[in-house]
Amino acid sequence: MWSFHKWFERHSLILLVGILVVVSIGGLVQITPLFFIESTIERVEGVRPYTPLELAGRQIYIREGCYTCHSQMIRPLRDEVERYGHYSLAAESMYDHPFQWGSKRTGPDLARVGGRYSDEWHRAHLEDPRSVVPESVMPPYAFLARADLDTANLGAHVRVNRLLRVPYSDAQMANAATDARAQAEPMGDAAYDFEQRYPGAAARDFDGDPARVTEMDALIAYLQMLGAGVDFETYQAEAPENRR
Amino acid sequence: MAVASFRREWGADALGIFFIVALGAFCALWGAAHASDRAFAVQMWTALAGFLAGGAGLVYCLGRAPGGAPATKYENGVVKAGVFASMFWGVAGFLVGVVIALQLAFPNIFYFPDFGWTNFGRLRPLHTSAVIFAFGGNVLIATSFYVVQRTCRARLAGGLWPWFVFWGYNFFIVLAGTGYLLGVTEGREYAEPPWYADLWLTLVWVVYLLVFLGAIWKRQEKHIYVANWFYLAFIVTVAVLHIINNIAIPVSLAGWFSYSLFSGVQDALTQWWYGHNAVGFFLTAGFLGIMYYFIPKRADRPVYSYRLSIIHFWALIFLYIWAGPHHLHYTALPQWAQTLGATFSVMLWMPSWGGMINGLMTLSGAWDKLRTDPVLRMLVVSVAFYGMSTFEGPVMAIRAVNSLSHYTDWTIGHVHSGALGWVGFVSFGALYCLVPWLWKKKQLYSNALVEWHFWLSTIGIVLYITSMWVAGVMQGLMWRAYNAFGFLEYSFVESVEAMHPYYIIRALGGALFFIGALIMAYNLWRTAAGGAPAHEREGDVPAIAVAAE
Repeated sequence: MWSFHKWFERHSLILLVGILVVVSIGGLVQITPLFFIESTIERVEGVRPYTPLELAGRQIYIREGCYTCHSQMIRPLRDEVERYGHYSLAAESMYDHPFQWGSKRTGPDLARVGGRYSDEWHRAHLEDPRSVVPESVMPPYAFLARADLDTANLGAHVRVNRLLRVPYSDAQMANAATDARAQAEPMGDAAYDFEQRYPGAAARDFDGDPARVTEMDALIAYLQMLGAGVDFETYQAEAPENRR
Repeated sequence: MAVASFRREWGADALGIFFIVALGAFCALWGAAHASDRAFAVQMWTALAGFLAGGAGLVYCLGRAPGGAPATKYENGVVKAGVFASMFWGVAGFLVGVVIALQLAFPNIFYFPDFGWTNFGRLRPLHTSAVIFAFGGNVLIATSFYVVQRTCRARLAGGLWPWFVFWGYNFFIVLAGTGYLLGVTEGREYAEPPWYADLWLTLVWVVYLLVFLGAIWKRQEKHIYVANWFYLAFIVTVAVLHIINNIAIPVSLAGWFSYSLFSGVQDALTQWWYGHNAVGFFLTAGFLGIMYYFIPKRADRPVYSYRLSIIHFWALIFLYIWAGPHHLHYTALPQWAQTLGATFSVMLWMPSWGGMINGLMTLSGAWDKLRTDPVLRMLVVSVAFYGMSTFEGPVMAIRAVNSLSHYTDWTIGHVHSGALGWVGFVSFGALYCLVPWLWKKKQLYSNALVEWHFWLSTIGIVLYITSMWVAGVMQGLMWRAYNAFGFLEYSFVESVEAMHPYYIIRALGGALFFIGALIMAYNLWRTAAGGAPAHEREGDVPAIAVAAE
């Protein structure tokens, strides 16, 4: 019975192909359906692409490795829903390239941290976490407030997102840099245009320094919009199409 | 005549490598000149320095080659270099691990507000990549090159190309590691290197596959030895995982940031398909290759069961690939995928223990050697840790258990029982074997130091995993605790506060493991550099069970 195995042991290419076939099956069966089964991502109201400032903030979130300690995925368990809010939906990260669900909570989940704390609190907390939470083990990020945000490439960032089918308009792509500044220093026509292009997005001086647009502005803008998107008034968790 | 053929043989491969190095240097220079941000500029200057050093090294080697010693039967130089690199990156990676453990235990002491690049978020990927890819990767490349030559009784193929694999891979490590400190990352665990480092690794990996296969094609044995099946599965599958998970569009060819092709739930599953099989194929299949060669050699016994090896091999690689979704229990991933992941994770327990039994039972009739040979004991204890963590893994993959363990330090403890106990110890055992064999010494400089290493590391691992068990279970229970009025009992930060003593114990455990590695480095150094007379070994081929005809 075991002599068949000599084919694999004597021919390296048969062994190679055998390995490839055997390791391909699991991935194909599990991953490919996610792109075709319609119910994988719920249909919801209210999830919008990130504004350029938020997109820049998300880039800082990734750069600083925030995902190594914070999850962005609330599980449908009683304590999590009561602690953090409604459990996370697939639709809420459908524009996230890459996803940032995380795997570890050395710090709390951030999927719905938006609007929970004031900008001042975030600023103080990011600059010196232990000044507001004495028991915290989080690193300090004071340098973000000193770093001017590089907005020059934001148009290119939006363009790549559009390539990946995130629904940005031509106007949103063309005005990415101005929109980023307008969201952090909302003044004059630029602020009006920004509001037209991103209805409902919060525009204010996030870092408390009206003279500059800093990386702190971008990161706080991103944190303050997390989880605020889905309209749970219209989302029926128990509806058959949303039960998975 | 010999010299002439030597030259000709080196000509084509040297030309190919020189072409790659020149092209790489040109791209790096272009990138440095057009860089859209500082981090990318630093990365490109680093790359340029690397390529120039590579080119200079190549020219130096070519100039020296014809007068050098005639080709030996086996290519040992690249294996020696791999042993050295393994030890170097091991010590570096363990040190960074101790540092970040101390950061979580004493945040007021080990964070520096003026040096953002020393923050936990940047050092953690440095630690994971340094131990998995730098230490583990170099151990795998070195041992696979050693094992495939002995078990095939053939020299590595491709002249200089094995050296290209070694230097190319370590160049990738340097590029990725310095990138993390600069904030260059793709933001997905264990797949953090940026797009250009990913491209480079793909090239190196394809060459690695060809060099490895080349030795198999030249073999003078009818059968391909079982260790090589595992090495081959490791090389091939890691290539598939790496390429598919890292498909991304860079924002600009002159910047480091890229957007992954997939988003949200699809990206999550692709990433954990990759992430879990980085464990399954990088940290398991590859190191099982080590187990299947070094334990029989060291114990001087044949592998326990040939049939069990066949079942172990195919069942392991088939089942592992399905297990990724257990990292996404109770998330927005559809439940059918979670159920599949959990089911296959539990099934995976069987081939894992089949492999453990095959490794342990190889000692049948040689158990007494555990008393006298600390190196063999290290190898055997690694298999015991393998058995333990491959039992713990399926348990944690059960949804009910996972609802408690996920997001907690239990996961960190589980990973380290596998990483320190299994991968660490099996690597240490292999390196302790390799150094006397390669440098032609009768024995190690000091067996007593191996004993010290063994016991310090073992105590370190026990402190590490027990503290993380307690910490993780406590976190999970505190997060879900309710008081008599039906309210959540604890705020999140109370669970952080409760971790303090366990984070200190964990740092202590890690420090012991690190000190053990320092002792090992010293011992290996003295062994290789020591004045003991050369000692030739014979019979580099282990006893092989052969298929029934």
